[in-house]
Amino acid sequence: MTTQLSDMAGRSNMTPRARMGKATAWSLIALLLIATLFPFYWTIRTALSTNPALFSGSQGLLPPEFTGVNFKRILGLASEAEIQAASGRQNSASFDYLLALRNSVIIATTIAVGQVFFSAMAAYAFARLRFAGRDKIFFVYLSGLMIPPIFILIPNLILMRDLGWINTFQGVVAPFALMTPFAVFFLRQFFLSINRSLEEAALIDGASHFRIFRSVILPIASPQMITLGILTYVTAWNEFLWPLVIARDPDVQPLTVALGVFTTQQPGSSPDWSGLMTGTLMAALPVIIIYLFFGKRIVDSIRFSGIK
Amino acid sequence: MSDTAGAIQSRRSLNQYGGWKVAFWFLLPSAIGFVVFYLFPMFRGIWISFTDWNLLANEGEYIGAENYRTLISDDQFWDSMRITGWYVFLNIVSQTILAILIAVMMDRVTKSAFIRGVVLLPWLIPNVVVALVFVWLLDPNLGVLNTFLGWFGLESDFLVGTGSVIPTIAGINTWRHMGYTALLIFAGLQTIPKTLYEAAALDGATEMQMLRKITIPLMRPVLALVLVVTVIGSFQVFDTVQVATGGFGGQPGGPVNSSRVIYLYIYENMFRFNDTGYAAAIAVVLFVILMLTTAVQLRLLRAGESDLAS
Repeated sequence: MTTQLSDMAGRSNMTPRARMGKATAWSLIALLLIATLFPFYWTIRTALSTNPALFSGSQGLLPPEFTGVNFKRILGLASEAEIQAASGRQNSASFDYLLALRNSVIIATTIAVGQVFFSAMAAYAFARLRFAGRDKIFFVYLSGLMIPPIFILIPNLILMRDLGWINTFQGVVAPFALMTPFAVFFLRQFFLSINRSLEEAALIDGASHFRIFRSVILPIASPQMITLGILTYVTAWNEFLWPLVIARDPDVQPLTVALGVFTTQQPGSSPDWSGLMTGTLMAALPVIIIYLFFGKRIVDSIRFSGIK
Repeated sequence: MSDTAGAIQSRRSLNQYGGWKVAFWFLLPSAIGFVVFYLFPMFRGIWISFTDWNLLANEGEYIGAENYRTLISDDQFWDSMRITGWYVFLNIVSQTILAILIAVMMDRVTKSAFIRGVVLLPWLIPNVVVALVFVWLLDPNLGVLNTFLGWFGLESDFLVGTGSVIPTIAGINTWRHMGYTALLIFAGLQTIPKTLYEAAALDGATEMQMLRKITIPLMRPVLALVLVVTVIGSFQVFDTVQVATGGFGGQPGGPVNSSRVIYLYIYENMFRFNDTGYAAAIAVVLFVILMLTTAVQLRLLRAGESDLAS
């Protein structure tokens, strides 16, 4: 009833002023979408151009000299002559995209799988088991959220050196693969919302907690764990500071660091813009593909973590 | 499993909720991760800040509070604190205002899932990629944004001007984070009863009045949470500065140290000046500042209290 009334009021109020308001709101939304998407478009446009054309200062919406050679370059398929024509110089610096891609996949997969599984075990203990000091230990875990990463980066780097794990995959993934306070918090919150009746039936049948965790909790919680896993994967993919200090060797460098190194090799006066933009596009592409497939899950997970 | 019925019975009454014997194994992997990579480094970091630790030699002597005394009279430290504070201020103000506007529009004008999806996209892109794309967009000579602004006579030096570099980085990170912040606020908006808006509309309230009188007061707990998270994140800006100001053979933090934020100063002390003890001391100070900021914010915003309850 009330809704109907206000609807009617709204419609009869569609005076020129209200219509103006609606138009303003929609043009602001259009502006927002353009501001968000334009940088992506311009990156693609640049990646499809040659450097000499870019340096001529053309700002047209379409690539000034359309070419796919930059993608061949980054995949290591272009000939020396093609590279020269596209980059406009000899002996242009490059980075091994496929190697860095492989490293990023290894690092992000290990971190996502390990972190989600081991954090789920801890979350189960905090949500379902009873033991002395449980809530105190959980609080200590949570306080880890407050520690700035750079503060523990220094001792962690020293530790990795003592272990001989500099320039190794285990060194890059170790600080993230066993837990993060956020993952434990997120999953405990979810486990608490699961109905206990199934577990209690299993307990009465004499199932151990390990069995219940494996056969009851993991299947029920798998959608949430997959969502957390995707978020963890993207975070690990985007991580820059830790791999920057521990992975100096291209054999273990993820894309973010390899791209950063590639950038510092550019001559200040005339950077290889088309090559750089192809690199940035290809470094972000896996994340964009993941988002195309799992976008709804990711958006919903932010709602979930926001309200709780 | 050789358990008899009786053994099961007694184990159930004793171990229905596990107890330490079970919990130990569930906690073991995460506890190793927490102790080795969070707890132990935290105490070790504090210890290192009282030494003259040298990363190349990988050793250091206890020197008391010497690093902290140096820090108090170190102009470069205060300079980087000032730069960081300026960055945090600009970033938080622009990001929060834009995020509230976007969230309200998503709530009141369109609930399109597509728009929400697009708005979140920048947050998922690596900082390094975002930084490089903007270095190109904002290039003083070839960048498309200056061409556009040139039509109105508004060209800027952006990343290569001493005065404009920090506002530019704040703008880049606003672009990356405003959608994420907007979604957090949007989630909070969904908890406000729609009848309030309907009643206000009947009374002839304008959208602006509803925003000020209904939305903002009821959103205080969510806004407090969002501000705490974004301010802490903002203090720790590093990737964007390192890549956007340091690329192409320049020194990160330029031009002439005008964008040397606190993270970068810690990083430089560690790797360029090889003074790990001093770097650790600055990191301790940063840690304390972040905790104090959080406490003050929570107090000021009276988090946890929504006017909806009263």
